[in-house]
Amino acid sequence: MRNTNVPLSQLAKIIRSKNAGPFRLTFDVIFDNDQAYELVRDSKALNKTAIGKAFSVDETQIASIFAVNSARAIKITMFRPVDQGSVGETDSYGCQQHVPLLDIKIPAPMKTDYE
Amino acid sequence: MPSITVLTPTGTLGYGFGIEAFKRGMALRPDVIAVDAGSTDPGAYYLGSGKPLVSRYSTKYELTTLILAACSSQIPLIVGSAGGAGTKSHVDWTAQIVREIATENNLKFNLATIYADVSVERARKAVKQREIQRFEASFALTSEVLDETVSLVAQMGHEPIVEALRQGAQVIIAGRAVDDCAIAAFPIWRGADPAQSIHMGKVLECGAFSAEPFAMDVMIGVVNGSDFILEPGSLDRRASLESVAAHSLYERENPYIQVGPGHNLDLHQCAYEQVGQRSVRVSGAIYEENPEYWVKIEGARIAGYRTIFIGGIRCPTMIGNINEILEQVRQNTISYFKPNDIQIEYHVYGRDGVMRGLEPQKTITSHELGLVIEVLASNQEMAHGACHHISGTLLHEQWDGQFNTSGNIAVPFSPSEIDSGPVYVFSAYHLMKTEGAMELFPINFEEV
Repeated sequence: MRNTNVPLSQLAKIIRSKNAGPFRLTFDVIFDNDQAYELVRDSKALNKTAIGKAFSVDETQIASIFAVNSARAIKITMFRPVDQGSVGETDSYGCQQHVPLLDIKIPAPMKTDYE
Repeated sequence: MPSITVLTPTGTLGYGFGIEAFKRGMALRPDVIAVDAGSTDPGAYYLGSGKPLVSRYSTKYELTTLILAACSSQIPLIVGSAGGAGTKSHVDWTAQIVREIATENNLKFNLATIYADVSVERARKAVKQREIQRFEASFALTSEVLDETVSLVAQMGHEPIVEALRQGAQVIIAGRAVDDCAIAAFPIWRGADPAQSIHMGKVLECGAFSAEPFAMDVMIGVVNGSDFILEPGSLDRRASLESVAAHSLYERENPYIQVGPGHNLDLHQCAYEQVGQRSVRVSGAIYEENPEYWVKIEGARIAGYRTIFIGGIRCPTMIGNINEILEQVRQNTISYFKPNDIQIEYHVYGRDGVMRGLEPQKTITSHELGLVIEVLASNQEMAHGACHHISGTLLHEQWDGQFNTSGNIAVPFSPSEIDSGPVYVFSAYHLMKTEGAMELFPINFEEV
C-alpha cells in the first residue's frame, strides 16, 4: 500500500484554539468519523516534537496531549508565550492560534480514501 | 433522589439569549434559574479595576427578564461571579441593579449577596504558613507580589450558595464562584448527587454552547439520580453526542479531571447517550471530596499605564524595511526617555500581529500593514509622551530608496494617541488552603 501525507485540515472537522486559563493555550482537533480520528491518533503525528516545530517553540512548551475517544478528539495544550493580558499579548482569548495545526502532515495509506 | 431542573439562560449574564427559547424553557417548569456572569478570559482588568465586564444596560435588561420570571414561578435566581470578576464592587453594583428592578416592578423578595474578596493579610498568612500551591501560574505567589496586589478574590464552591438557599434567599448575587458550582448549588441543596450536579453545571455554565448550532442561549439540565439530561431551550437547536462531547473539551487542559474547591471531579468514566432528537444523557462523573479545603485565588496588580497609536502603512519601500525601521525607532525612544522604564510593543498586522513568535509565515505578502504601537510606562503621561514620540519619529523617518518624503503613516484618528489607562495583570492564580468552604465567603441578607 502506498503512503502519502495528508494535511490535518483535510481530516479533522474542527481545529480550534482557546485559552485554558490565563497561562495555557489549548487546541481541540475534533473529527466527525472514527476512521479519520483513529488514523490521526494512531499515526502519533500529533506529537510534542511536531507541534513544537509547527509553532516554532521548544517541545517542552507543549504541556500535554490527550486522545479523547468519547469526543473523537485530540487535545493539545501549550504554555502561553506570554501570560494572558501581559505586555506582548496579541490574542487575549487565544482564539486565533490554531493555524499552524492545519498544515501538519499525517501519514495516510492512500490520500484518496480521505478526500 | 429528586429530579431537579435547572435553566441557564446564557453563557454570561449580559451576553444575550432568545426570549422565545427562554419562554419555552420556563414552560418546562425549572426549579431554579442559575447563570454565570464572569470569567478570567477577558483578562485581569476587571478584577483589578472593579469595573463591570458587561454594560449596565445589558445587565439590567437581562436581570429584569430573569427576576420577573423567577418571581412569577416562585423559584430562586442564582448569579455567580457577578459583574465579571466577582469582587465586592461587582457584587454591590449588581445588587444595586437588582434593587432597582424590584422597586420598578413592585417585587418583594429575599436578596442574598455573597462576597468572595480575600484580604491581602489573609493571603500573606497563607504564604507564611506554606498554605499556597502553584496552580498553572508562571510565577510564585510571594509576599512581595501580594504587596503590589490591588484586588484579590477566591472562587467559592457550592457551599456558600447552598447556605444562602437554606436561609431562604430567593435571589442570590454571588461574588467569584466556580461556574459549575454556582449552577450546581440548587440541585445539591435539594439532595441531588453532587457529582452529576457539578458535571451538569460545568456544561450548563456556557449556556447553549454545548448545543448545535451553538450560541449564547438558553440551556436546560435535568439531574436525576446518577445521570443528567441536557436540552437547549430553543427548538432550533439540539444537543447531540458531538456537541456535548466537543464542549467537554472547551477552555480546559485536562478533559478528565476537574479540580474544584474541596473536591475533584473525575470524568474518566463518563458516558453520553442521545435521548430523542434534541437531548443527551450524561452519566459517570465521580465526586471525590478532599480532606483539606483549598480554593483558587485570583489577584491583580497594575503593570503600568498604556497608550496606543493606530496607523497604516502602504508604501512598499517602507514595508520592505519595516523590521529595521521599527527597531531603530524603538532604540531611539528608549534612549531619549532614559532613565524612565518604558516598554514598547509593536503589533504589526500583515506581518505577525496575531501570532507573533508562533507565526509560521515569516515573509510579508500583504500590500499594506496595520500598525498598533503600544507603550507601557509607570504613569500615563510618560506612556503618552513616549507613544507620541514614536509615532512622530516614524512619520518622518528616512531610509534608502524612499519615494515619499512627506509622511510614512496613514493616521485615522486625531488625537493619534489613545490613553487606555492602567494595565492590570494577574498577580495571583494559586490555590490557598482555607479553614473550610465558608471561611472566605460572608453572606448578607436583605428584604427588597
